[in-house]
Amino acid sequence: MIGFNVLVLVCLAYAALLFVVAFAAEKRAERGTVGWLRSPLIYTLSLSIYCTAWTFYGAVGYAVRSGLEFVTIYLGPTLVMVGWWWLVRKLVRIGRAQRITSIADLISSRYGKSTLLGVIVTLLAVIGTTPYIALQLQSVSLSFSVFSAEGGAMPDFEALDNTALVVAAGLALFTILFGTRSLDVNERHHGVVTAIALEAVVKLIALIAVGVFVVWGVAGGPAEMMAQIDASKIAEWQLDGGRWATLIFLSAAAFVCLPRMFHVMVVENADERHVAVASWAFPLYLFAMSLFVIPIAVIGLSVLPGENPDLYVLTVPLALDQDSLAMLSFLGGFSSATSMVIVAAIAVSTMVSNHIVMPIWLSARQGGASMSGDVREVVLLSRRISIGAVLALGYLYFRLSGGGAALAAIGLIAFAGVAQVLPALLGGLFWRGATRRGAAIGLTLGFAVWAYTMFLPSFGDSFVLSAAVLADGPWGIGWLRPHALFGIDGLDPVVHAVFWSMVINSSGFFLGSLFSFPAPLERLQGAQFVNIDDHVRNAPGWTHSPAEAEDLLIMAQRILGPAEAQAVFEAEARAQGKAGYLPNPSPDFVERLERQLAGSVGAATAQAMVAQITGGASVSVEDLLAVADETAQIMEYSSQLETQSQELSRTAAQLREANEKLTQLSIQKDAFLSQISHELRTPMTSIRAFSEILMAGPMSEADQTRFSTIIHDEAIRLTRLLDDLLDLSVLENGEVSLNWQDANLHSVLDRAVAATSSMDGERPLAIRRDARAEDVALVTDPDRLAQVFINLIANARKYCDAEAPELRIEVTSGEAGVTVDFVDNGAGIPKASQSMIFEKFARLTDQGRAGGAGLGLAICREIVAKLGGDIGYLPDQGGAAFRVTLPAAQAKAAE
Amino acid sequence: MSRPPATVFLERRSYRRRRLTDAARMLPLVGALLFLVPLLWAGGDDSAARTAAGGVFIFAVWGALIVIAGALSRHLIRPDPDRAPDGDGAGDTERGA
Repeated sequence: MIGFNVLVLVCLAYAALLFVVAFAAEKRAERGTVGWLRSPLIYTLSLSIYCTAWTFYGAVGYAVRSGLEFVTIYLGPTLVMVGWWWLVRKLVRIGRAQRITSIADLISSRYGKSTLLGVIVTLLAVIGTTPYIALQLQSVSLSFSVFSAEGGAMPDFEALDNTALVVAAGLALFTILFGTRSLDVNERHHGVVTAIALEAVVKLIALIAVGVFVVWGVAGGPAEMMAQIDASKIAEWQLDGGRWATLIFLSAAAFVCLPRMFHVMVVENADERHVAVASWAFPLYLFAMSLFVIPIAVIGLSVLPGENPDLYVLTVPLALDQDSLAMLSFLGGFSSATSMVIVAAIAVSTMVSNHIVMPIWLSARQGGASMSGDVREVVLLSRRISIGAVLALGYLYFRLSGGGAALAAIGLIAFAGVAQVLPALLGGLFWRGATRRGAAIGLTLGFAVWAYTMFLPSFGDSFVLSAAVLADGPWGIGWLRPHALFGIDGLDPVVHAVFWSMVINSSGFFLGSLFSFPAPLERLQGAQFVNIDDHVRNAPGWTHSPAEAEDLLIMAQRILGPAEAQAVFEAEARAQGKAGYLPNPSPDFVERLERQLAGSVGAATAQAMVAQITGGASVSVEDLLAVADETAQIMEYSSQLETQSQELSRTAAQLREANEKLTQLSIQKDAFLSQISHELRTPMTSIRAFSEILMAGPMSEADQTRFSTIIHDEAIRLTRLLDDLLDLSVLENGEVSLNWQDANLHSVLDRAVAATSSMDGERPLAIRRDARAEDVALVTDPDRLAQVFINLIANARKYCDAEAPELRIEVTSGEAGVTVDFVDNGAGIPKASQSMIFEKFARLTDQGRAGGAGLGLAICREIVAKLGGDIGYLPDQGGAAFRVTLPAAQAKAAE
Repeated sequence: MSRPPATVFLERRSYRRRRLTDAARMLPLVGALLFLVPLLWAGGDDSAARTAAGGVFIFAVWGALIVIAGALSRHLIRPDPDRAPDGDGAGDTERGA
């Protein structure tokens, strides 16, 4: 028989062990050898704080009352963990990227670092957690009382109270010691996590040991056990479908939203891969925890039919004289209770200090965080006080509620309370349209409905809600009855409350989000949370106004501690290429710093503190618009510049081209003028000379005739030259009027050949033609065309240097038009000169043979162009070869 | 905030991994469905389900979920081949052993 004193001794020894383990872990972590302290196993075990004393002791009682329904409390978390790829992975990623310190911080950070939402969630957490802590204190003191009763001394209520008080004080001491040792930027507590992992092992072993004992030691094996279950009071499974589904949902929601669960799952998480391991290992833990619940319940019912089923885990071994097993079981229950209380106190105190105390403290001292005092001390102090306050509240609740059955129901009530955070949480994680107003409305409505339908009625008719209100609704309005909202009667109270609170909460959240417009910071944060897989970047909490690096350093030292802050600043300064401790406060750096600070004091507070120094409280739409406008303007301006510079270079190229042309034209004009004067002076000179001879005196008739003939010839030559010049200038100025008419190419060529053969020339020229090919009808100016042909034939006659000069005229008519080639058998035109023969005054050979001014081909080119055709030189034809192309349209039209 | 265009075709390894994540996403839904199966028993005639048999069913589903989740997580724990590691670790280099 274990005496009360032995029990106290064991208890103290166990507590001392926990202290030692936590202390050793802290020391180890301080030395930097984290090692197995942060292994997947420890992570999984730390999640086991889900199994509180309520589940350790209470599950068996639950099974006695409702059979298999107890298992729903474990099935929800199992589904959440098995589905880690959906939610937990994302939560952990966001938690790491944004340095989230609590669930209130997550909600506040997601919705634009809102202080209001932080406060709401914190209040919800405090209200949900306090009764739960009271429940743990009750279970510990009840289990003490069991042993005392065994020992013979029946404890009175006073003794129970004292036990609870001692336990609460001890827990407060432990939590303050290891939960607020330092302000870690990662908000991780190696000592606490290691201690609760140890407790997780103890409670699992204890429950399995009791289970193995009842199955093999009492029942005699699994088969016999099954038979016993079938024969027991709970053999029939009275399944309430609504409760079954609701409780699975509720436990899943609470698993994510409970502050303590969020703390170990997200905040204390060191590595995303640990979640992958926990995805199967934690369900396995829950599986093991619940495997023996029904057997223990059944054996308890048969061994101790009249006793409190909530304590069967303890009383069954005691009744069967298994003292050491009972002691182990007691330690398991003690572990369940203490680990839950410790983590819950840390989580809630972090929330209270970051979201309620710090904002008040900051606004109370408008001077700014850099004025004086050590912020770190303030934060730590506020956390320590919060821990004490939370535990004191729990103890007070335990005392006031009288430790009765009312407490037993508080588990589910607390679950439903914290589950109100779920819509805002899921919406914030998966829906970018979720806004702060929507979240606030949803949370408030859900909280109100939960309080009205579940929390307040749980006190019975003595507290706030009178019996009349419970029975008939407020002011006798039937459809407002707390357990039958809108007249829906007959539902299980839990299902009813969860259904209505979640429906109204989600609707308020959704509609509020639809009809409100998020602030810029909210939208940035929303995008970062929802798309965490795409980019891990923090939203800048400030825009302009360069902060003083020194002020930032002073403030950071207060929060992070001098050594760490200086290290951060020095590293940044080195990265910026500066010596010393003071880097330029670039937006990047300020953002990083803010995130570091957020790890210690929460996102909203960190932003407020940095904002006090940097000046910019937050981004406004105007700021964003201004930045966007500026950027757009700059981009537009630069693109304009680019276009302009392209245009400029184009224009410059054109100008260069034009300049070249002008220079050439000027040279050409000079050449033209000198040519003209030369051409005009030659005949003028001979005319003057011969007319002087004629004037000088009498001479023979023959001489007179000869000289006057020469004068006449020279005058004709002069006239022709002037005619040509005129002709060319008329053609070039486009003032010529063409006489369009139907004509036959053959007759035009005939005219041209006849005209050239009548010319006086000693050189005979054989002309080869193909009359049939030449029979092509044209619409053209035959006189002008003949002029071109005459020119070409005359050229051949003049310049062909062959022994027996010969000219082939070849006509080809095709789709593209009619081509007329004039090919002689002379030496042709040298390649170098081919490009300039169509220019004015271009003459290749000596002056004498030319007989013209060198304007012929230039005129030809102008005429053919006017007729819509083209004239060119054909190289490599065995002599000089010109091709005249006449357009097809005119050829066709004549057919 | 422009994203790089998503790859349309993946190599075999990446494709396998994506299907694995699909499986990981499906698993809780299948589990929830199976856990809700007892609701159908209750809807039947008045001979309600037995606790022993129901317990065996629930625990069997539970065990299967654990085994499948374990198998999936063994593969999913490896870094994603077609995704670069997180660029911004924010100095958070602490890793478990």
